[in-house]
Amino acid sequence: MNGKVLVITSGKGGVGKTTTTANLGTALAMLDKKVVLVDTDIGLRNLDVVMGLENRIVFDIVDVVNDGCRLKQALIKDKRFDSLCLLPAAQTKDKTAVTPHQMRNLTNELRQEFDYILVDCPAGIEQGFKNAIAGADSAIVVATPEVSSVRDADRIVGLLEAAGLRDAQLIINRIRPKMVKKGDMMDIEDIIDILAIELLGVVPEDESIVISTNRGEPVVMGNGSLAGEAYRRIARRVTGEKITMYTLEDNDNIMTRFIRMLKLAR
Amino acid sequence: MIDFISKLFNKDSSSKDVARERLRLVLIHDRSTVSPELISALKTDLIEVIQQYMDIDVESLIVNLENEDDTMALIANIPVRSLKRAVNI
Repeated sequence: MNGKVLVITSGKGGVGKTTTTANLGTALAMLDKKVVLVDTDIGLRNLDVVMGLENRIVFDIVDVVNDGCRLKQALIKDKRFDSLCLLPAAQTKDKTAVTPHQMRNLTNELRQEFDYILVDCPAGIEQGFKNAIAGADSAIVVATPEVSSVRDADRIVGLLEAAGLRDAQLIINRIRPKMVKKGDMMDIEDIIDILAIELLGVVPEDESIVISTNRGEPVVMGNGSLAGEAYRRIARRVTGEKITMYTLEDNDNIMTRFIRMLKLAR
Repeated sequence: MIDFISKLFNKDSSSKDVARERLRLVLIHDRSTVSPELISALKTDLIEVIQQYMDIDVESLIVNLENEDDTMALIANIPVRSLKRAVNI
């Protein structure tokens, strides 16, 4: 098998990298893909709690790269999907505990076993970022429709390009259609214009995310939430399916448009 | 209420447009700051190319990116010692 390594990054913290990794990974597993989620936020691990797998951790990524255990021993099988695994970050070490070279070896080993290797990148542009992107084939940049987040995303796109990752794709997260309609939030077009990268998907602000994170169950597993549906569509796009992108241009209420498009896609 | 009225009469000042404009300006600045390594690599390549055509004073060569309002220019000052008679193309 020759799996694809995707790094999920953003520069700015708190825009939804971990939530995106968890939901995109779970959605890909629901499409019968073999998926591993790699948490590279060493010292501040969180992907385990978002996935609800925090009680099963024995070994972590630092143990694996330092030969403290075999890769298979550190991989945690998801409780819901057999084809989904998590490689947790270490909580007691810091970002220098792993090198870019070790990350490349690790992702190459994972390629043999999985279709998709999703690397959850820490915030910032220092060592943790460099480690996370080291083994990646392509990058997904997550941004929210705010000046600070888009600015950081622009910086990240530049750094990704410098590292040879030229085909970064964008997920616009937590967009609020009502505010966009009132002219109080930048819309998809504004952000794409500025960043000049390909759009992979748009995820609306959704309270279901908070609820599902409370429970440790990715929102894509339940039906009826807009964010869950958005992530399921992004997953299908990642696998190469052509799924129409919605725009906010039409005068038509975005919510009804979004819901209509979801119905069309079913 | 005043907010509402001013919005009604002046649609251009919606906060999204303010955000977009601020972002545009801040990115012009961000994108114009290039690393010294990049400039130095550019210098090396420039010298190599130009030396195929003319003899230049490598020591006093200056290459800089300069900003003015929202445009950027690459300014190079390259003293020429002599032109080459034959060009290898």
